[in-house]
Amino acid sequence: MLAARLVRLVATLLAVSFLTFFLVNTLPGDPINALIPPDAQQDQEFVAQLREEYGLNDPFLVRYGSWLGDAINGDLGRSVITDQLVTDEIKHRIPVTAELAVVSIGLALLLAIPLGVTAGYRQGTKIDQSISALAQFLLSIPSFIVGLILIYFLSIRLRWLPATGWTRLTESVTGNIKTVIMPAVSLALTEIAVYTRVVRSDMINTLKETYVLSAKSKGLKDRFILFRHALRPSSLTLTTIVGLNIAGLIGGTVVIEQLFALPGLGKRLLDAIFQRDFIMVQGVTVFMACVYVVINTCVDLFYMVIDPRIRRKS
Amino acid sequence: MNTTTAADNVAVDADNSTSPLLVVEDIHTSFMVPGGEVKAVRGVSFELNQGKTLGVVGESGSGKTVLARSVMRLNLGNNVITSGSAKFRGSNILDLRPKAMQKLWGNEIAMVFQDPMTALNPLVKVGRQVTEHVRHHLGISKKEARSLAIDLLNEVRIPEPENRLDSYPHELSGGMRQRICIAIALACEPTLLFADEPTTALDVTVQHQILNLLNREQETREMGMVLVTHDLGVVAGRTDETMVMYAGNVVEKSSTKELFEDMQHPYTEALFRSIPKTNERSHTRLTAIAGRPPDLIAPPSGCSFSPRCPYVQQKCREEEPPLIPVNNGSHFSACWFPVGTEENQEAFRKNVAAGLPQTLVIEETLTKSSEKEDGV
Repeated sequence: MLAARLVRLVATLLAVSFLTFFLVNTLPGDPINALIPPDAQQDQEFVAQLREEYGLNDPFLVRYGSWLGDAINGDLGRSVITDQLVTDEIKHRIPVTAELAVVSIGLALLLAIPLGVTAGYRQGTKIDQSISALAQFLLSIPSFIVGLILIYFLSIRLRWLPATGWTRLTESVTGNIKTVIMPAVSLALTEIAVYTRVVRSDMINTLKETYVLSAKSKGLKDRFILFRHALRPSSLTLTTIVGLNIAGLIGGTVVIEQLFALPGLGKRLLDAIFQRDFIMVQGVTVFMACVYVVINTCVDLFYMVIDPRIRRKS
Repeated sequence: MNTTTAADNVAVDADNSTSPLLVVEDIHTSFMVPGGEVKAVRGVSFELNQGKTLGVVGESGSGKTVLARSVMRLNLGNNVITSGSAKFRGSNILDLRPKAMQKLWGNEIAMVFQDPMTALNPLVKVGRQVTEHVRHHLGISKKEARSLAIDLLNEVRIPEPENRLDSYPHELSGGMRQRICIAIALACEPTLLFADEPTTALDVTVQHQILNLLNREQETREMGMVLVTHDLGVVAGRTDETMVMYAGNVVEKSSTKELFEDMQHPYTEALFRSIPKTNERSHTRLTAIAGRPPDLIAPPSGCSFSPRCPYVQQKCREEEPPLIPVNNGSHFSACWFPVGTEENQEAFRKNVAAGLPQTLVIEETLTKSSEKEDGV
């Protein structure tokens, strides 16, 4: 069963890499434009030689094949602009992006689970209405606005936190916390809203189950029933969404990374796209796609942790 | 708020064995729905002594489950209205504060639910479900809880109890799951047990075993037990008293023995006719009760069984019959034309003559069975 899953994972990764390669290949613009300055492009002979060197004249499938062969060996090529190894660049930047994703999702879960459980438990009451209104409000402010507000108060007015930049965890723990907190909170607010809503609605459904009534008939405290009986069956939708969120954050925190000037992966990809750095774009995109696929597989596995009945079926 | 009510002293009359364990008086339960007020239970009273069993019988929608849940105060939702009183050892359950109620639930009063497939949490191991409330109520350690769980599983005849503790509910059969549910209910040694259709969801072969198990436990532990069922056959020989419910009302109540010997209410008779008899040939058509249970938002005027009753007369459609004693003082029935009386026979003949469909159906089966007897 695990083997079948692994085969499927590899197949998906191949398909993803092929599609990415294909899409980057169809992007408008000649890679030559990115490789050499405009004056040098006048030299037809030099251009032709360069095309040959980079294999740009080979058929598409041949190029994909040779790129894939290198990629499997851990070589995603070098940036055509800066000549850095794409893998080095990813290694350098992924800790920033990953930490941001984990911290923001962790914060969001910490707040959203109690909020969602309470709202579902108190369905229809003032408390539920207030929580739902709060979620609605959080959902409607874009994260960069939150970021700007945070910077204004915490950095400019109070001078508690640096407005921009990043201190690595390996350099200084407190420094790291100071730089991660504002971008993480900016991202977390929207997540809180979404998570609260799904936990609430799943909780409402779970609380209608007979086993909740039977837990109540055993004289257990409501809080115990909510968190030890009802929360797990109410967290399947949440798991799916958190999985998508993690993957999404690895790829797409561009706005927040830009706002706080963080050396993250999203920002690097964006720069590469503007510079027509096709090798960098290709490498980073494939990496992100792989993260997506791997995380989704993890989510599938996590369902089994939550629900023993799924374990048996698969 | 009045904070020093009897609610705080649950165990007031605990040792007063002469007073009944449970006294239920005039319980009304309604559900407010968009279409109006569903009057699920309309004024039910009964008493139950320690060590005695009461059968509550009626078809789906007769209010028997709602009654059990009302007395146990387990009707969830904010659209439920319950009035009346249910005194457990002298204190009214319906007045208890939630905290005091939680002390009773699972500890003094327990319930076995209809469907063991849904009454157990599919994501929680059996072992924890059997003892989590014991740990909560009695504060025993994890280790003690485990050995208690093994004892309980042994008692309800579950093989290899130790392995079963680490199973999830879906890994067990329906009968096993119901045994687990019974073990859960018994875990804190309650004095009052509600069994709400405990065998309806089970295979016929298992039903008998589960009922015997419940009976045995009830007897050895001297619990008061309320056995809710739609099957008159289930209460026969198993309960001390039986109460027949229809449309939220009690229509007949008596000692079980007397009920079967001398049933008074046409509905009880109809339920009795619909039990398959072993002395009949197989594939003999059962006598179903004509029509459907009434609309509980707007129950029929007069006797609520009148639209389906083979003996119905004009009086039944206009005046609701009261629940009054018949013969001796402990047998009650609510019918203007009780079964077995001259008036009843008269009413039957009139209805046959008038061609009332539900009466003709009964007449047909009666003639058939008498023909068969003549033939033999």
